[in-house]
Amino acid sequence: MRTQLEEIRSKAKEELLKCQSLNELNDLRVYYLGKKGALTQVLRGMGQLSAEERPIIGQLANEIRDEINTILNQQGAKLKKAEQEEKLLGETIDVTLPGKSFAQGSKHPITLVLEEAKQIFIGLGFEIAEGPDIETDYYNFEALNLPKNHPARDMQDSFYITSEVLLRTHTSPVQVRTMEKMAPKTPVKIICPGKVYRRDDDATHSPMFHQIEGLVIDKGIKMSDLKGVLLAFAQQMFGPKQKVRLRPSFFPFTEPSAEVDISCVMCEGEGCRVCSQTGWLEILGSGMVHPNVLRYGGYNPEEVTGFAFGMGVERIAMLKYGINDLRLMYENDLRFLRQF
Amino acid sequence: MQVSFKWLKEYVDIDITPQELADKLTAAGVTVERVESLDKGIENVVVGKVLEAEPHPNSDHLSLCKVTTDGENELQVVCGAPNVRKGQWIPFAQVGAKLPGGIKIKKSKIRGLESQGMICSAKELGINDEGLSQDQREGILVLDEDAPLGTNIVEYLNLDDYILELDLTPNRSDCLSIINIAREIGAILGKEVKLPTINFTEIEKTIEDVAKVEISAPEYCHRYVARMVEGVKIKPSPQWLQHKLRSAGIRSINNVVDITNLVMLEFGQPLHAFDYNLLAEGKIIVRLAKEGEKITTLDGNERNLTSEMLLITDPQKAVGIAGVMGGENTEITADSTTILIEAAYFEPTNIRKTATKLGLRSDASVRFEKGINMETVVSAANRAVQLMEQLAEGKVLKGMIDNYPTPKEKTFVTLEMKKVNDVLGTEISFSEIKEILIRLNFTITEETKETITVLVPPYRPDVTIAEDLIEEVARLYGYDNIPTTLPYGATNQGRRTPEQVFRDKIINILANRGLNEMINFSFINKNNLDKLLLSADDEKRDVVKVLNPLSEEQGIMRTTLVPGLLDSMNRNINRRNEDIAGFELGKVYEAKGFPENKGLPKETWMLGIALRGNIAKDWQHKGEIVDFYYLKGIVEDLFQQLNLDEPLFEACTDNPTYHPGRTANIILKGVKIGVMGEIHPQVAENYDLLPRNYVLELNVEQLFAMVKGTTSYQQLPKYPAVTRDLAVVVKDEVTAYQLMAEIKVQGGGLLKDIEIFDLYKGNQIQEGYKSIAFSLVFQAQDRTLTDAEINEIHGNIQKALADKFAASLRA
Repeated sequence: MRTQLEEIRSKAKEELLKCQSLNELNDLRVYYLGKKGALTQVLRGMGQLSAEERPIIGQLANEIRDEINTILNQQGAKLKKAEQEEKLLGETIDVTLPGKSFAQGSKHPITLVLEEAKQIFIGLGFEIAEGPDIETDYYNFEALNLPKNHPARDMQDSFYITSEVLLRTHTSPVQVRTMEKMAPKTPVKIICPGKVYRRDDDATHSPMFHQIEGLVIDKGIKMSDLKGVLLAFAQQMFGPKQKVRLRPSFFPFTEPSAEVDISCVMCEGEGCRVCSQTGWLEILGSGMVHPNVLRYGGYNPEEVTGFAFGMGVERIAMLKYGINDLRLMYENDLRFLRQF
Repeated sequence: MQVSFKWLKEYVDIDITPQELADKLTAAGVTVERVESLDKGIENVVVGKVLEAEPHPNSDHLSLCKVTTDGENELQVVCGAPNVRKGQWIPFAQVGAKLPGGIKIKKSKIRGLESQGMICSAKELGINDEGLSQDQREGILVLDEDAPLGTNIVEYLNLDDYILELDLTPNRSDCLSIINIAREIGAILGKEVKLPTINFTEIEKTIEDVAKVEISAPEYCHRYVARMVEGVKIKPSPQWLQHKLRSAGIRSINNVVDITNLVMLEFGQPLHAFDYNLLAEGKIIVRLAKEGEKITTLDGNERNLTSEMLLITDPQKAVGIAGVMGGENTEITADSTTILIEAAYFEPTNIRKTATKLGLRSDASVRFEKGINMETVVSAANRAVQLMEQLAEGKVLKGMIDNYPTPKEKTFVTLEMKKVNDVLGTEISFSEIKEILIRLNFTITEETKETITVLVPPYRPDVTIAEDLIEEVARLYGYDNIPTTLPYGATNQGRRTPEQVFRDKIINILANRGLNEMINFSFINKNNLDKLLLSADDEKRDVVKVLNPLSEEQGIMRTTLVPGLLDSMNRNINRRNEDIAGFELGKVYEAKGFPENKGLPKETWMLGIALRGNIAKDWQHKGEIVDFYYLKGIVEDLFQQLNLDEPLFEACTDNPTYHPGRTANIILKGVKIGVMGEIHPQVAENYDLLPRNYVLELNVEQLFAMVKGTTSYQQLPKYPAVTRDLAVVVKDEVTAYQLMAEIKVQGGGLLKDIEIFDLYKGNQIQEGYKSIAFSLVFQAQDRTLTDAEINEIHGNIQKALADKFAASLRA
């Protein structure tokens, strides 16, 4: 009987180790350890053994059962892993194929720049003021120190609706309307984004375009504050290395007036084609609010001062995104829009 | 304004380079756009003289010349220019010479004969030839007689010069005078300015005996000075004068005309020279034109005048449009001998209007319309007669006529010294402020501890208030030296208004939903109203017209966003982008009683969406051809995300722009706030679109007004939900909305949700009927529903649908 058991042990060991699949392994388990399995069959003869032999054989049988079980488990785990690996290998996909995309939309680059600019100025404590696109001559010109026949009106050839109503040529009328509403309260701290219109249509001018203007009025507002606010804007919009430069200029609504340059966004001031080798890009006009404009708005220029600035949104967008053709902004070509 | 660097140096000692000067001027507010060197790399080109010019024996168009460069040598040169003549002084490129562009002159053989150099044209020397006669433009440049032989041509033609191109702001038209630019440079560099000395000899004969000036429109002519010169010889101007005019881009004509232009450049005072012998009675009358009066100006064009244009006339005829251009009838010609010189001050606005109306901007009108210096009117006239004596052998008549009815008042400005630093944020000392103003020729007339009063120099009419003086100080102190600070003191809440937040949110939602934002012009072509098939009384025809559009394309303000969107669709289709999902958030403009109501037109924020094609495809899915329901889904989701109630979509059959069977009005709280649907095929054809285009237009302002308050949280249900399906067959006319509304009524509070999951027509369903299947979800907050309860409700629903809509259960 011992011989039979030893035979089972060595045969089972050999067969189990040779086994190649979980099914086969299961068959072997049944064959050796099942209720009608080889081990049980042999142990059926236990009754014929002597009392001394019985426990010894019993122990041997248990040993063998444990041993087979251990091998079964090990072999089982090994085979399961191999089978899973093989299965996973069969499930391999091409990970370089494109993903399933949900159609992505886009915001217009003008909107993106406006959003960013608004965010920057809100952070600096500005509110956002709006007004009509169709304006009176009074708000668009007269209250901004541009009386009829002022030569500076040439600078802004306008679209008229009637002799007294026109498409605003800048968002400055919103400044006047805001001053009228607020005066004499201070501080006034607003930006005015919006569409503006000028009679110009060529490669670098569009009859409709967008502006952001800013106005600050309070006691003790200085030109150095203007410089600081614009520097903050330039650095947040174009990067922390930005510098700003003010150059004397002329606008009827400001005195002193300044043209504002920022470091060239392409070459960071080294000089390149975009900045005509100067290292600077002109991006906005600004100045200290003219006393006449303050008066028109209902403020006393002896008590408060203010600064104002204005910039073209298209120009900022073109610089920021490297867009080289203004007309792309209004063609709404999807191949353009989808890039943003 | 173009200005020669060398010429400026005649007035002020400039010890920096042209580029450095340009930078300093720009930093002080006189922007220099460009600095151009006139010397383009010329070497070994000298003044020569043509000793002989014979036809080349082997050519019908070349000449064989002998040229000398020192009066002794004789060089054989073949020349191709038609205007070469014996006895001319010419620019001669010797063997070994270099010309602009790196061209080298070598000894060569032309048609068998040796050529030892080249006679040059202006173009070959890199000189602007605009001011030259035609034969010189097509041939060689001819120099003044007796030009010193052998002189380096760079020196002789002043090519060792630089041109500064100024971009002047409207307030600094004083810099249309070279003397004033020199003054500006003097102030910047802290140097003295030397003005030209004016001296000449007067003859016995007195102007007052032979000429008269009468101003009959004194409100437009504030001063009129006349001087006379007789015995003048009209001839070409000397080289130096031609160079100066050329440097400013002005054509040389003859010595007398050139002198008037030179003085204009020097003083900024336009002058006019009349041929005195062509003036009737030697009398000038300054008056307004008669309506319809005509004059032929110096440029040979006949001009039609209107009654507000100021004219210079004699008792018989108009001889010039004041301040704009002289008349042909009294022009200086080769035969002119006696000259009357006009130096006047014309009222700027009148000149500007006249020039604009006639479309005639001259060097004179540009200066007059900005306002010239009243105090140099006389000096300019004197300077002109001086030069006519020197360069035209003229004899100056004694005295002048100075008709100056109301002398101009001087301008004084008082400045509170502290204000300078208060406004600029600087710490400039009072003495520095004074020093800067003095450098700029402001004269201090009064001074206290806190204030100064200055007399403004007469050439700076732009300075009238204290703030102007602050700018003067700031620009010379240097804008770069102003510190950088941030405003302090009371602050504001930086923020967007709720409506601005709402609009931004719409853009975010739609962009995230796969739509591309578009921006179209606010103006459209009027024909769009017809292209949209709008009826004659459609309120979208209540348009605001642009009086002076650039073209009909931009003739009216849009009353709807649809044309812009359809045009954008068309552009994309033409570029093979046929799958389109676009939107625009922008304003429309309606007259609404304008202009009669004395107000402004009504502007309203609108949202437009345009869809077509297959917009949800990827590499695994064929995607979906967009239809009405795709657009409706966008709208429903948008409303939900904007915290709005569910809108009602009401079939609309009578909107002419849209498909009568595939269009809905969008109704919220009983108000029609928009329309959506398929564009009418005829409209699609009008815009040259492909079939099946879906468009939405929504009033954003009305939408905003209906936003609900903050969402309040609903308890999560504790008891299970039960789902029952219900499929009914109804006539086609019965709408899903009607069925759902009835189901909701019957379902009461226990019906939590209702969804349509199938719509079927065809086999097994009778013609004219449809099967529609609902999935109903029942749930109670406080208990688990029993089958019996649900069966009862379900039964009620079936019965109600059967009663009201003759709905039968689908087998």
